[in-house]
Amino acid sequence: MMMKQDQIQHHPTDDLLMAYSAGTLPEAYSLAVAAHISMCDESRARMHAFDAVGGSMVENGDTVEMAEGSLEATFSMIDAKTPEVSAPPRNRGVLPAPVQDYIGGDLDAVKWRPVGMGVKQAILPVKGEANARLLYIPAGGAMPDHGHRGMELTVVFQGAYSDGHERFGPGDIEVAGEDDDHTPVADIGEDCICLTVTDAPLKFNAWLPRILQPFFRI
Amino acid sequence: MNSETASLVEMTQSPLPVGHVTRVMSKDKKAELAAVTVGTGKPNPQDEALRWANCIVRIRSDQDRVAFAELFQHFAPRVKAFLMRSGADVTMAEECTQEVMATVWQKAHLYDPSRASAATWIFTIARNRKIDAIRKMRRPEPEELTWGPEEEPDQAETLALQQETEALGEALASLPEKQRELIEKAYFGDLSHSEIAAETGLPLGTIKSRIRLALDRLRHKLK
Repeated sequence: MMMKQDQIQHHPTDDLLMAYSAGTLPEAYSLAVAAHISMCDESRARMHAFDAVGGSMVENGDTVEMAEGSLEATFSMIDAKTPEVSAPPRNRGVLPAPVQDYIGGDLDAVKWRPVGMGVKQAILPVKGEANARLLYIPAGGAMPDHGHRGMELTVVFQGAYSDGHERFGPGDIEVAGEDDDHTPVADIGEDCICLTVTDAPLKFNAWLPRILQPFFRI
Repeated sequence: MNSETASLVEMTQSPLPVGHVTRVMSKDKKAELAAVTVGTGKPNPQDEALRWANCIVRIRSDQDRVAFAELFQHFAPRVKAFLMRSGADVTMAEECTQEVMATVWQKAHLYDPSRASAATWIFTIARNRKIDAIRKMRRPEPEELTWGPEEEPDQAETLALQQETEALGEALASLPEKQRELIEKAYFGDLSHSEIAAETGLPLGTIKSRIRLALDRLRHKLK
């Protein structure tokens, strides 16, 4: 499924991209950034720039002497390994490759669980405290009204949603802070599929009794 | 894109003026890369950068062990320092550095000198090893562009990239000490901004604005 690059309106902040490049983000946040970059050349270029900052730090940084015989040890390591067969290029279907890596396939391999009002979700097996899940919001449907404790990232793969102020379409990443209390509504034209990452469980304000939230892991 | 990020993007996208070297370098890429490396007398950072890029190209095409040894001598102590600053003890850092350098050999066919300097490419391998071995997490990577490693890297782009790399190094070096330290901590320390706050005693807002200021300065210097 091809997206026009110029349709992407919402990009990650410098903070996020720099931390992704430095390798200090929780896994779930890295997944959201990687998914967005897979669909956005502009952010990919910014990522390369931040990688270059890291390269420059290594080039001009401190040195620590290697142990004696380390070069020979490394050659032994090289000789012991059979040459790597390049992995086949990963291709995007509806879902970008880094997301498919967690699902073991594209959309048809997702094991959805209904959470009410036609909304479905699938929790992805990421390590760490931050959690990642795919959300399926039927066309014209509303994501339950919610706020969240930490930073929430959302990357859209199909369809689009509006949160009352702005519209987010395929490839867009929304960076929402703690104070953003919003009710995303999917566009009427198409079911909306997106990845949502939070570092704390969502706080639903209305339809799902709070006591049930741990059960649904949302 | 907001204007604030524009110039950092340009840093990787729009080549700086390349001058006469480009024309000299237009024929046999490998040989001439080597010629420039040894042919210009006194080494400057840009020639150095080309030299390391050329080492990886030689590993890729000739499994050149001399080139690997040169690369190892230069980069292994830097990678080891990076891993130790990221929290590895000396034994783990030594082991991981050897693995990083072995990966450089194994993945040399994926290296494109027109897209990244040797230092940048090796940094990304070391960073991934750090996430795997020290943080014990996976590193989700973006999908590759449909760009094939078989395609010969463009020579003018390679030179332009090495020049930009040098400009970036100079710009970083000329940042005020405090700002550079914060960027270093963000990259090397394996610290989140709030952990940096705890370590330096600076409030979180100050750190974020200092890092922002540092990035703005960096962009300004690279204009």
